[in-house]
Amino acid sequence: MEQDIKLLKGNEAVAEAAIRCGCDGYFGYPITPQSEIMETLMQLEPWKTTGMVVLQAESEVAAINMVYGGAGCGKRVMTSSSSPGMSLKQEGLSYMAGADLPGLVVSVMRGGPGLGTIQSSQADYFQTVKGGGHGDYKMITLAPASVQEMADFTVLGFELAFKYNIVSVVLADGIIGQMMEKVQLPPYQKRLTNDEIREKYPWATLGKPANRKPNVITSLELDSALMEQRNLNLQKKYKEIEKNEVRYEEIACEDAEYLLVAFGSSARICQKTVELAREKGIKLGLFRPITLFPFPTNEIYAYTNTVKAILTVELNAGQMVEDVRLAVNGTIPVEHYGRMGGIVPTAEEILEVTEKLIAK
Amino acid sequence: MTTKDIIKPENLVYAKPSVMNNNTMHYCPGCSHGVIHKLIAEVIGEMGIQDKAIGVAPVGCAVFAYNYLDIDWHEAAHGRAPAVATGIKRLLPDNYVFTYQGDGDLAAIGTAETIHACNRGENIAIFFVNNGIYGMTGGQMAPTTLLGMKTSTCPSGRQEDLNGFPLPITTLVAQLEGTRYVTRQSVHTANAVKKAKKAIRKALENSAEGKGTSFVEFVSTCNAGWKMSPAEANTWMEKNMIPVYPIGDLKDK
Amino acid sequence: MKQEIIIAGFGGQGVLSMGKILAYSSLLEGKEVSWFPSYGPEQRGGTANVTVIVSDNRISSPILNTFDVAIILNQQSLNKFESKVKPGGILIYDGYGISKEPTRTDIFIYRINAMDTSIAMNAAKSFNMIILGGLLKVLPFVNIESIMQGLKNSLPERHHHMLPTNEAAIRKGMEIIEKI
Repeated sequence: MEQDIKLLKGNEAVAEAAIRCGCDGYFGYPITPQSEIMETLMQLEPWKTTGMVVLQAESEVAAINMVYGGAGCGKRVMTSSSSPGMSLKQEGLSYMAGADLPGLVVSVMRGGPGLGTIQSSQADYFQTVKGGGHGDYKMITLAPASVQEMADFTVLGFELAFKYNIVSVVLADGIIGQMMEKVQLPPYQKRLTNDEIREKYPWATLGKPANRKPNVITSLELDSALMEQRNLNLQKKYKEIEKNEVRYEEIACEDAEYLLVAFGSSARICQKTVELAREKGIKLGLFRPITLFPFPTNEIYAYTNTVKAILTVELNAGQMVEDVRLAVNGTIPVEHYGRMGGIVPTAEEILEVTEKLIAK
Repeated sequence: MTTKDIIKPENLVYAKPSVMNNNTMHYCPGCSHGVIHKLIAEVIGEMGIQDKAIGVAPVGCAVFAYNYLDIDWHEAAHGRAPAVATGIKRLLPDNYVFTYQGDGDLAAIGTAETIHACNRGENIAIFFVNNGIYGMTGGQMAPTTLLGMKTSTCPSGRQEDLNGFPLPITTLVAQLEGTRYVTRQSVHTANAVKKAKKAIRKALENSAEGKGTSFVEFVSTCNAGWKMSPAEANTWMEKNMIPVYPIGDLKDK
Repeated sequence: MKQEIIIAGFGGQGVLSMGKILAYSSLLEGKEVSWFPSYGPEQRGGTANVTVIVSDNRISSPILNTFDVAIILNQQSLNKFESKVKPGGILIYDGYGISKEPTRTDIFIYRINAMDTSIAMNAAKSFNMIILGGLLKVLPFVNIESIMQGLKNSLPERHHHMLPTNEAAIRKGMEIIEKI
């Protein structure tokens, strides 16, 4: 087990964890700040050990469609990208949602809009959580705040994807992707054989044996009544996920009079803010949503009895704050503090904003 | 001799291929798609690979190809079939994976996917139906629309200065190291149908041998889009399409 | 124990790898560590810096505004980070190319002429190890044995013959660092 403890970048941890958790294929296209994922995979050459396929595609569009193909075969397949590349993948993600396909996408956000900056940002919360492509769909969104969680959520993302036949997104940012921390890598899991896939996932297209009907992976349905039914089925699945899969972390929340709500890298900075506040005797807590869809709506609402106000801190102009406001439903004030364009606020800066909010 | 005597198995000279099901096709009467579907079904049946064949359907007239051949299918987004097929074939190297695409899908919106799958030498078969027009959306200009040919988005005929030239995508992919077998066929005469079937078989056989991409273009008619009778469309194709897209093998290595 | 360290200099000076070896050898001693670099084109010839945190406890923010220790390898970085050292903290700088010396009086300032020494030793690649030696002399929060073990684990075998040179450089750094 000791050799499984390593000092790794978040991006490298994703690659290592993918190989270990029985991933069948990775298809990607280079873009900063996540290129180390494919680079690490290419260095580790898993096709020689576990048999995992790693392929550099000609574009993000091609990569997500290779994932669509692999996922339709019941394989554990993944891709990764960063903001401009994620925009290109939206088409494929919508098709995967429409065809009920499982898959894993690691999105390491950078600043936008447009080509923007390679520095860190959380401005793709809406794109990921609200469904960036066309149609009414959602993706399970896991927001890692450490390198350990980059590894853990790669594994968890696949598990949830196959539990619900849905795309899981690990929504990280440049900070989490580029930083190094101690990480305990997951144990090795065998890749499923084609026979095991046939057994577990009867919908998978591995070739039609004589004793079953053809399997067709499609999102197309021209009959409106049937198409509405497909949508209803999707919504039912999302409700089920909302019921079962909410995850979050609470830091110094027991006696908190004020609450910071932040995810991913900004939650790490906010954790420092909580330390600084507590040193000054301010009863500040941090609520960190780990799943952004499903969002911990009820869990945040529960604090409205004990907390006087909430400050959300994001590396954007205010995106998750909308979901926090929906959660508290007007009961207590919710404000937003964010920096953009790759600027990261300091813990001290956030504390200052918090103190102003308290003084109000 | 009664009817019963006539339909004895030993008298059988023609039948619907077993890989084809009984669904009524949505194609217009006179369309080349039906013939090409049937040929692919025949070859899959004759090769005994129904349990190993996986098709990737396009967006375009053949979007419902999966309704007619009883094999496993993926329906791809517009133009992405070669990428989808790449994902499938890389993960299922022992299966026979093919795409079935029209000209708009393969040579306009999916040009990058087509060229790069061919250039990587993906061990897939690409079946490319070129009728020089967008049939599904109602007869707009395609990348392969001939100069002077009228469509709803070039109503006075395709002009090179306005619309550019017909794209000879098949000639282009034949230049790539990754392609093994590149051919142009048609299905407008009995003889052409026979040759086209051979090409389909060769393409599928190649894909199992792992020596690169096989690419079969079918120069085809769209009598509805061209606003002609099926017979007129065949004649028009012979006279106008085939000189620009000449029939025959471009590459066989 | 918690040390919040910034290492800043030019790309190519071994800033990031020095931070990495510090973090890795602390990890070998069972510490919590984080390493956060400036990334992107900056790595290629511009300024580069890395924040390394070593702690007995879970680390909150990997990005910091003030530091216990600043290791400064060029003038631009000195201008940028001198004011970011916590009162009572440590600033270590390489004298090479420094035209404007640090002036703060509420921190401990050390100078180490690692660039000149590495050139004199004919071991330009050992520059960052000399600096590391200097740090370990003033703040021995990680054992030199762990550093050597860390180097051994992270270097490919074909470079293991360089380990004695690296150790010599670390010891040289311990010798030559001087308090201002």
